[in-house]
Amino acid sequence: MPDVQSMVLEFVNKLRKRKIEGSQATARCTVELLRSVISHHRVPHHANQASALIDAVKAVGAQLVAANPVELAVGNVVRRVLHIIREEDLSLATAAVAGLDLLDASDDDEDVNGKGIGYPAMSAAVVAAAARSTLRPPSLQTLLEGTPESATVPYTSSSGADSESKTADKSSITRKLKHDVIEGVNQLIHEIAGCHEQIAEQAIEHIHQNEVILTLGSSRTVLEFLCAAKEKKRSFRVFVAEGAPRYQGHLLAKDLVARGLQTTVITDSAVFAMISRVNMVIIGAHAVMANGGVIGPVGVNMAALAAKKHAVPFVVLAGSHKLCPLYPHNPEVLLNELRSPSELLDFGEFSDCLDFGSGSGSPLLQVVNPTFDYVPPSLVSLFITDTGGHIPSYMYRLIADYYSADDLVM
Amino acid sequence: MDARRGPLAVPKVRRVGFFTSIEPSPDSPRPNRSLSGPAEAITTSSSPLSDSPSGQFISPVQIPPLRHRSDNLAAASRAAAPVPVPVPGPSAFRRQLASDRALHVGSYNPVDSLLGTSPPSSNGEVSEDSGSLFGFQRSDSAKLSASFPNGGFDMTMRVRAPQESEAKVVIASTSDGRKKNVEPSGTSEPVAATKPRKEKEQKSLKEKTSKAERRAIQEAQRAAKAAAKGEGSKRAGESSRAKPSKTAKQTQPKKDVPQVTSSLSEKRTVSVEKERRMDVPQAQMQYDDKSRVDKAKRRSVVEQTESKNKVELFLHLPQYERGNQLPNLSSNIFTLDTIHHAVYKVGLQHLAGDLSGDNSRCIAMLHAFQEAINDYTTPPMKDLTMDLTGKINGYVSFLIECRPLSMSMGNAIRFLKNQIRKLPVDLSEPEAKASLCSEIGRFIDEKIILADKVIVQHAVTKIRDGEVLLTYGFSCVVEMILLYAHEIGRKFRVVVVDSRPNLEGQKLLRRLVARGLDCTYTHINAVSYIMGEVTRVFLGASSIFSNGTLYSKVGTACVAMVANAFSVPVIVCCEAYKFHERVLLDSICSNELGDPDAIANVPLRTNTKHAKTMDNNKNLQFLNLMYDSTPAEYISMIVTDYGMIPPTSIPVIVREYRREDLLL
Repeated sequence: MPDVQSMVLEFVNKLRKRKIEGSQATARCTVELLRSVISHHRVPHHANQASALIDAVKAVGAQLVAANPVELAVGNVVRRVLHIIREEDLSLATAAVAGLDLLDASDDDEDVNGKGIGYPAMSAAVVAAAARSTLRPPSLQTLLEGTPESATVPYTSSSGADSESKTADKSSITRKLKHDVIEGVNQLIHEIAGCHEQIAEQAIEHIHQNEVILTLGSSRTVLEFLCAAKEKKRSFRVFVAEGAPRYQGHLLAKDLVARGLQTTVITDSAVFAMISRVNMVIIGAHAVMANGGVIGPVGVNMAALAAKKHAVPFVVLAGSHKLCPLYPHNPEVLLNELRSPSELLDFGEFSDCLDFGSGSGSPLLQVVNPTFDYVPPSLVSLFITDTGGHIPSYMYRLIADYYSADDLVM
Repeated sequence: MDARRGPLAVPKVRRVGFFTSIEPSPDSPRPNRSLSGPAEAITTSSSPLSDSPSGQFISPVQIPPLRHRSDNLAAASRAAAPVPVPVPGPSAFRRQLASDRALHVGSYNPVDSLLGTSPPSSNGEVSEDSGSLFGFQRSDSAKLSASFPNGGFDMTMRVRAPQESEAKVVIASTSDGRKKNVEPSGTSEPVAATKPRKEKEQKSLKEKTSKAERRAIQEAQRAAKAAAKGEGSKRAGESSRAKPSKTAKQTQPKKDVPQVTSSLSEKRTVSVEKERRMDVPQAQMQYDDKSRVDKAKRRSVVEQTESKNKVELFLHLPQYERGNQLPNLSSNIFTLDTIHHAVYKVGLQHLAGDLSGDNSRCIAMLHAFQEAINDYTTPPMKDLTMDLTGKINGYVSFLIECRPLSMSMGNAIRFLKNQIRKLPVDLSEPEAKASLCSEIGRFIDEKIILADKVIVQHAVTKIRDGEVLLTYGFSCVVEMILLYAHEIGRKFRVVVVDSRPNLEGQKLLRRLVARGLDCTYTHINAVSYIMGEVTRVFLGASSIFSNGTLYSKVGTACVAMVANAFSVPVIVCCEAYKFHERVLLDSICSNELGDPDAIANVPLRTNTKHAKTMDNNKNLQFLNLMYDSTPAEYISMIVTDYGMIPPTSIPVIVREYRREDLLL
C-alpha cells in the first residue's frame, strides 16, 4: 500500500506542477495509476468487494482531480474506472445469481425447504437492485416491484446458506471481480492508446482532394487524422495557426511537414482573413462537455466564430476519454487556466508596472494568458470520436454510455 | 448644365452623422438634402450656402447667392484678365468672416488653436474645413474652383475680392449668361477630347489656332520626353497609371496661361471628372502576371530576389526575400541620383521596417516629397508640371519597391499629383515650389493632425466612467483618444490586445502605462476570454473602402468579430483621407505580405533549431499577412473628421468629399 500511496502522491505532484500535459498523456497515466491502485488494493474480508474498490478509487480520484481540476481527462478516466467496477460487479452478480439459480434448480430435487423458495425471489431482487444502481433502463417489472435498495443484499443474506461453500465462493468472487476490473481497465488503456487510429480511420470519409484545412493548437489526434488522409493519397494543404504564446502550431507544422504534408503557418490574427479560403476547420479538443461544448486550445473560439461566419464546417476530434459528463457553467473562466505572463511580456521591461509586492494598491498592468478557450455547441458542426461522428446535441447520450450516473459528482 | 451642377453644388459644411460640438446649428444637416434635388438647389440658390457658417448671421436666403452671382459676373467679365497670383482679400471682409467662423467651430478647441497658427486666409467662409481654402488661394484658385462650382465661386470671389467690392451690388445675371461668357475662355482646356460637342461649336477661331499650336508643342514635348527616357532611368519608373494625366499636362502650353487661369468653365468640371476617372487607381499590380513583373523589374532600383517558397494563394502579391537589399541600397545612397535623398531615406526606412503606422508613413513620405520639391529645379526645355510629376512617379515607384504603399499614402500621392497638375502654368518655379510645399504641409496639418484632433474630440464622448475599452495593436489616434480621455479625468480600464509578430501593442501599452492608465495586456488568441468584460472596442484603420469594409492591421477582423459575438460595440477611428473608393470583399485579393521569417522565428528555446532546419523544406511555408478586411456588419460606428457615421455612409463621404479632395 505505501508504494501505491507514494505513486499517487508523485502523480498528484506532477499534475500540480503541470508536468504532464495533453489530455491523452494524462488519461493514460491516470488509468495506469488506478490500475495499480486496484491491483494493490486489499479488501478486508467482511466488506463488500465492489464498494470497497469504488471507495478506494474514488479517494484517489478525488486527490487527482483536486490536483488539477482543469485537466478534465483525469476526472473522466476516474469515472470510467468506477463505471468499469460497477459493470463488472453487476455482471458478476448476475452471473452469481444465475449460478445460484442453477444451484437452486439442482438443489430443488434434494432438499425441499424454505430456502428453495427464498432464492428465486432474492435473485430477482438482486438483479433489480443492480440494474438500478447502474444506469440500465429499468424494466417495468422492477419498477413495479419496489425491491430493496442495496445491491449488497444477496451477499449478506446468502450467508444463511452452507457457510463453508459460501466463503470459498465469496473469495473466488472477490478475486474474479478484481481480475475482471483490471481486465476492463487494461481495455480502457488500450482504448485510450488506440483512439488516434480509430479516429484517423475516418479521415478519408471527411477529407477530399485539394482541400484546404485549417487547424490550430498541437494535437496528436489531428496529426494522425491528417496523415491518415495523406496516406490514402489525398493531397490537400493545411493552414496551421501558430498558437501564440505557446507556439504549439509550430510543433504541429513541423510534424506535418515531416510527414510530407503541404503546410502553411499563419499568425493567429490571420485566421479570419484566411478562413474564407478554407474548406474545413479541424481541431483537437482538450475536453468535450456534456452539452456538446468544446474546451480547446486558446484561440479556438475565434476560429469557430469565423468558421460559422463563413459557413465552414468546424470539426472537433476527440477520443472518448475527453468526453466529460459535466455541464459547463461559465467555462471560459471556470474551466480555464492562466499561465505565466512572462510568455507574453518581458518582465524586464514592465517590471515596475507589474510589481505586486510594493503595496501601492493594485498594479497598473495585468497580463492575461489563458490556456483554453470554450466553443459553444452551436459553433461545432461535428464531433469525430473513436466511435464515429456525432453532432453536439448527441454528446450527452454518448456520455451516458461511458459513465454511471452515480459517479458524476465525485 | 445647371441641372447637372445642382447636385454638384455641394455646400462645404457638410456635417455627417452625430456631432458632439456644442454649436447651435441644428439645421445644418438638413439643407444637405437639397443636394439630391438639383431643382431646389437652383431655384432657391441659397441652399448651398444656407448651411455654411456664414449663413447664420448673414441672411441665409438672400445674400450669399447674390455674392455668387456678382462674383461670377465679375469673374466672367474679367475673363481675359490674367490674375494668376492670388491676391489677399480685403482684410476687413475676411476678419468678419473669420470671427464668424471662430464662433461656429468653437467646440473644436485643438482645432482652433491649430487654425490660429494658419495664415489669415483661412477664414472659413464656406466651411469649417477652412484650411483647404487658403490652399486654393496659393495655387490656381480659378482653375480649381471650376471643378467644384460652388466652392469655386467663393474662392474666386475671395481672390478677387478687392476689385469686386463694388461688383457685389450687381445682382443676378443668370448663370447661363455667365456660362456663355466663360466658355470661350475655357477653350484652352488641355484635354480637348473631354469637351462636349456643343461646347466645341462655340469655340472661336482663336482657339482653333491655339489648338494647332498646342499640337505642335505637344509633339515637341513628346520628342523631349522620348529623349529623356532614353537617357534617364527614373522616368521609366513611372507607373503607367500616371501617364494619362501626364499627357494631359503636356498639352498645357505656357501660351495659354492667361486664358487658363481666368477660365471658370464647366468644361473644367468635365475634365476633372474625367481626370478623376483616370485617377481612380488602377488595379494593383498583380505579381503573377509574368510580363508585367519583368517589366517592373527592369526599371526597379531595389534589387529584390523572389522568395523561393511562395505561398500559392498569394502569388499575386510580391513575395521577396528579406534583409538582403538593405546594405546594398544604403551603400548606393550617394551614387544614386535619380532618387532624392530624402525619399531614399524614407524608402530605406520602409524597407528596414523602421516606419510603421499609416499616418507616420504617410507623413514621412510627404515630408520627403516636400524636401524633394524644394530641391527640385526644372531642367531646361521642360515643363515643371510634367517633369515634376514624372519625378514624383519615379519616387513613388521606388517607394513601392521598398514596401507596397498603404491606401492612405496612395491617396496622399493622388492629392500631390493633383496639386501639381493644377499649378497655374504661369507661376514661376520658386512660387510653384513654395505653393506645392505649403500644400503638402497643409495636407499633413489638416487631413492628418487636425483630423486626429477632431476624431479625439468626437470619440472621447463615447467613453464613460467605469468602462473597459479594448483596443488592438497600435493606432496613434486610438492612443490619443485614450490619453485624452484619461487627461480629462475619465475612469476606465484599457485592454490592449496584441498579436505576433510585430507586437505593436506593447508600444501602446508602454505609453499608456507610463501615463498611468490601468491596462490589461493579452494576445489576440485570448480575445474571447477577455471580451466578456469589455464594454467598447476602439480600433484604428488603415483604410476604409467604399463598401464599408475596414482594411486594417491583420487581426482587426478577428477582434471585431468576437466583439460582435459578445455584443460589444465596435468603434473605428479613421481619418477621412484614408477612405478609398475601391471595394473589397476579402483579405486575399488585396493585401501585403510581411517577412515570413518573422513568423518562423519563435521565441521558444526548443523551437529555434527546427525553424532553421525546416527553412528549406518545400512543404513548409510561413505566411505573414499584414492586413485583413473587416466586414461592415461588425462595425458599429466610424469616427472620422466629418463626424460619427455608420459604415454605410462611407461611400457617401467618399463620393461627396473626394470631389473636394481632388481640389485640395
